[in-house]
Amino acid sequence: MQALLHQIFSGIATGGIYASVALALVMIYQATHHVNFAQGEMATFSTYIALTLIEAGLPYWIAFVITVAISFVIGVVIERVLMRPMTEAPVLSSVGVFIGLLLIFNSVTGWIFTYTVKAFPSPFPETSRFLGGWASPHEAGATAVTLIVLALVYVFFRFTKLGLAMRAAAFNPVSSRLVGIHVGWMLALGWGLAAAIGAIAGMMVAPIVFLDPGMMSGILLYAFAGALLGGIDNALGAVIGGFAVGVIENLAGAYLVGAELKLTLALIIILAVLILKPAGLFGRAIVSRV
Amino acid sequence: MSAARRPILPVILALGLAVALAFLVSDYRLFQLTMVLAYAIAILGLDMLIGYTGQISLGHGAFYAVGAYTAAILMANFDVPYWATLPIAALICAGFGFAFGFPALRLGGLYLALATFALAIAVPQLLKYKAFEAWTGGVQGIVISKPDPPFGLKLSQDQWLYLFTLMVTVVLFLLARNLLRGRIGLAMRAVRDHALAAEAMGVDIALLKTRTFALSAMYTGIAGALGAIAVQFVAPDSFSVLVSITLFVGLVVGGITSLAGAVFGAIFIVFLPNIAENISKAAPGAIYGVILIAFLYLLPMGFAGLRRRVARPGATAQPPAQALTPSPGTPSPGKSAAEIRIKSG
Repeated sequence: MQALLHQIFSGIATGGIYASVALALVMIYQATHHVNFAQGEMATFSTYIALTLIEAGLPYWIAFVITVAISFVIGVVIERVLMRPMTEAPVLSSVGVFIGLLLIFNSVTGWIFTYTVKAFPSPFPETSRFLGGWASPHEAGATAVTLIVLALVYVFFRFTKLGLAMRAAAFNPVSSRLVGIHVGWMLALGWGLAAAIGAIAGMMVAPIVFLDPGMMSGILLYAFAGALLGGIDNALGAVIGGFAVGVIENLAGAYLVGAELKLTLALIIILAVLILKPAGLFGRAIVSRV
Repeated sequence: MSAARRPILPVILALGLAVALAFLVSDYRLFQLTMVLAYAIAILGLDMLIGYTGQISLGHGAFYAVGAYTAAILMANFDVPYWATLPIAALICAGFGFAFGFPALRLGGLYLALATFALAIAVPQLLKYKAFEAWTGGVQGIVISKPDPPFGLKLSQDQWLYLFTLMVTVVLFLLARNLLRGRIGLAMRAVRDHALAAEAMGVDIALLKTRTFALSAMYTGIAGALGAIAVQFVAPDSFSVLVSITLFVGLVVGGITSLAGAVFGAIFIVFLPNIAENISKAAPGAIYGVILIAFLYLLPMGFAGLRRRVARPGATAQPPAQALTPSPGTPSPGKSAAEIRIKSG
């Protein structure tokens, strides 16, 4: 029983990471109907920036804030420079650009920061396990950070004028433009936010899995699975999906398939959702009129 | 299609050159050329799916791996001769392609890209899995030996393998050319350009897409088998997601919906890393990425499109947009059936 609870708790902790990345994916999907294959690589790059800042002597939380800001700028710049001309382009072109970004970020990360695996500091005290020994301080802290981020995103979209404008731009670009919303900048802002959330997820997961240029490729897959499970057009659904995938992964890894087939499990979840319930648990079924 | 009117001479000259190369260059270069041919077959398979049918797969490395492992396991464990592994690899990959394509192709554009991408990421793990270790050799992989030339021909092993691969390539390209120019090729393009109109004209979309997926997986599987025989070694880590991405890059750079484009793309992905690795270990990836994005912006029809443009300077370059499915978010503007006929005919 104790072991089971522990598995569930650490599942929730990793699930929080997946939830953040899934949220980042959904934010871009809602606005542009694109899935950013480079999201994981961008987050890894941001995490390396954080490590560099910390090694340069900055306190953790200042480095954290600077990294989030830099990632935000990177996201905005990518949207403005690369994605902008691709708005009307066919799927192949946008998928191609995302794959190109993935390759560039992956190699540039390896180039600048080398391919050696590095440890990443945790901001939470290294005391013994608490919560009755079910979760390590970092797991609990990371979950808390994730939940705070999710709450902030929710408040931003629900209660601020800018959030409303972003939702409007994603929902109906033409009408939004007519009422004076800068739709292009809203998209760029969405990219910036997604990159920032990805960076936070990267910094939270790095102490657990260690930092190397390929760190996020598996995490991206789970985030896809989470986003699809919850419904890729539903932010809250994606978050719940992310947590669910984390728990499923941990339990199945411990009791069913073993650690070796964890990635295959993500593939199976993705396929199962796509076949059985393509809209996800909380998504709206899309009826396309022809 | 203008292919019928295109002079046959350049193709014959290219073939003559390809045969002559077997006796002109070093064994290492021949190995590289063999890989070019194998990748050309794989990219052609991918092109059938992405270029002609408009279904994006980012996971064809999985089928390449299945083909490679089929050849290696048959040769190492069952003493099957190398040439006999090709049809078996083809059958197995077609089966896998059909089984995976059946559910996956009910998904449109982006979702298919996602599902296949997941497949590509999961492949190395599956290959390392303990239950299959007796066959796959686990992390160690399998070592196989290069075939000797038959009938006492006075050729080196590399020369023979190159010529053998060349023969297979020519046969597969001829078959693909006939298929793509015929009724089925037309149906593929109709599905890509306007699925609804194609259905109205009696194309069974789901079946056509699944069969195309199987065919495409089959070509890629044969390529994988040839590649494994040439490299003489298979291991899980050589079939990472990068194989899938490399094939995708080769397709875009070579040019979609073009047989010659598949060869250009293969030349590009074999020789570029050699040049780029002189700069840095990380350089090939970055250069791939930059070139991929540059091509999508500047030369969306790839090298093949460039060649077409040079050959007929007056003609406008064919926009790729007509060739591809619109993104799921934007409803495609209604095209009349007549328009579709003009575009594909």
